[in-house]
Amino acid sequence: MPKLKLPAPPSNPLTSPKRPGKEYGPSGPLGHAEEAGVTAVDWIDERTSLSGGLRWGMFRKVPKGTNWFYTLGSSTMFAFLSQAVTGVFLAMYYDPSATRAYASIQYINNEVFLGEFVHGMHRWGSSVMVILIFLHMGRTFFFGAYKYPRELNWVIGVALLVMTMTMSFSGYLLPFDQRSYWATIVGVNINGTGPLVGPYLSEFLRAGPYFGATTLSRFYAIHMLMVPGAIAALMGFHLYLVAKLGTTAPPWVKAEAPEKLREDKVTVDQ
Amino acid sequence: MNKQEKEQYLRDYGTLKSQGKPFFPYAVAKDGAMAIVVMAVIIAMAIVLGAELGPKADPTSTTYTPRPEWYFFFLFELLKVIKPPALVPLATIGVPTICLILLFLLPFYDRGPERRPERRPIATTAGIFVVCAIGYLTYLGAAAGPPTEIDIPIPANISSQGPEAVTNFKAGSAVVAQSGCAACHQFGENGNSGPGPALTNIGARLPAQAIQRTLINPSAPMPSFSALSEESPEQFAQMVGFLAALK
Repeated sequence: MPKLKLPAPPSNPLTSPKRPGKEYGPSGPLGHAEEAGVTAVDWIDERTSLSGGLRWGMFRKVPKGTNWFYTLGSSTMFAFLSQAVTGVFLAMYYDPSATRAYASIQYINNEVFLGEFVHGMHRWGSSVMVILIFLHMGRTFFFGAYKYPRELNWVIGVALLVMTMTMSFSGYLLPFDQRSYWATIVGVNINGTGPLVGPYLSEFLRAGPYFGATTLSRFYAIHMLMVPGAIAALMGFHLYLVAKLGTTAPPWVKAEAPEKLREDKVTVDQ
Repeated sequence: MNKQEKEQYLRDYGTLKSQGKPFFPYAVAKDGAMAIVVMAVIIAMAIVLGAELGPKADPTSTTYTPRPEWYFFFLFELLKVIKPPALVPLATIGVPTICLILLFLLPFYDRGPERRPERRPIATTAGIFVVCAIGYLTYLGAAAGPPTEIDIPIPANISSQGPEAVTNFKAGSAVVAQSGCAACHQFGENGNSGPGPALTNIGARLPAQAIQRTLINPSAPMPSFSALSEESPEQFAQMVGFLAALK
């Protein structure tokens, strides 16, 4: 009696099915590394669902005609990040007290490894950031990019401009040399001439009716805690709106429907 | 923009967007290249220009020039354009506040659908005017030399009082010059014409005592010289004497 072939035994149900496109599973150390990376990313994504947002932000389309003018915003943000990083390193050595501030900056400049370099990057980075934020605003203005539906993003941008100027003003005092001291006194006095809130504002800045020992630490707190936090938060909202609404196309780029969707033009002879 | 124009804009924008390229990697590559340029510029400036530190802050000092960072020059120079003392608060806070409010509310009063700069003559002209004004004021601020020298001929009534009065007058002139008064005040042909009033004839308008009171308890934005009067009464007296002699 001829024997019937036995059916193949079912595959082990405990092994997971292969990833599509990979016939033989991970092979070699490179394959294992890839597998480990995919697993880790999957683990995070399963718990956060971040990949959707990332895909939404990164793979959205930017309109036709986008040119180099559209990099001014991101480079302003980059200058801010540079300020944040160099600022953290300066804060490691800086001492915000009226008696020791100047000596601590001298120490940074003369003793710390690359100290003057990082100090210089922070100092000139502020000029670069101010220039970039003005150029970015000019681009937005002349391209009419503040119009519907991006009005709110313009308002946030102006707030960011004011905060950037506040950063420059509050940072100017910190080296505590003659120039910064006297320029800040005049600046605070100018604030004091403002209507209604002026006198209160300059008293808040000075931490009292006169320029005193606590003034410097107050400027330091404004410069490195209050304003940068607000800038980072507003910048996040600014970026969210950019991704949500899309960047504008240059105003001279005409929208033309693709060829196949265009209706034939009908000319009527009389 | 009315409803129809808004819908038209969104439709056109949708078309342009669908014909565009994905943000990653095309826009990211441009942004990255620009970020490298920015980084290179900052590093180059840090290496070439450094971060030199001036002399230590000294509240009693008489040798300072209150100059802001260059990007505040246009605000600083704005103070000098408006001269009458009664209008100084208008220049210091009024004009910047109004400009800032106008800037904040721009999208709410400029609501036309047109976006091409050449078809928005008012907005484009205003924008170019503001850019030129800021550029010009910044240039003025940068070109103004350090106001630490005052060269005034010795008045006849001083030289007639003998050599001691002349010496005092010269010493007072030096104190005033080093205190940077000329940054905001005019002395004859020296100094800036604002924001402070001209002091060329201050001695004729105010007695010495009133000058002394003003120096110790000035109206903003002028800094107080009470520290100088306590630390170095002799220099302070020379300063008051010099100002009172300006007739």
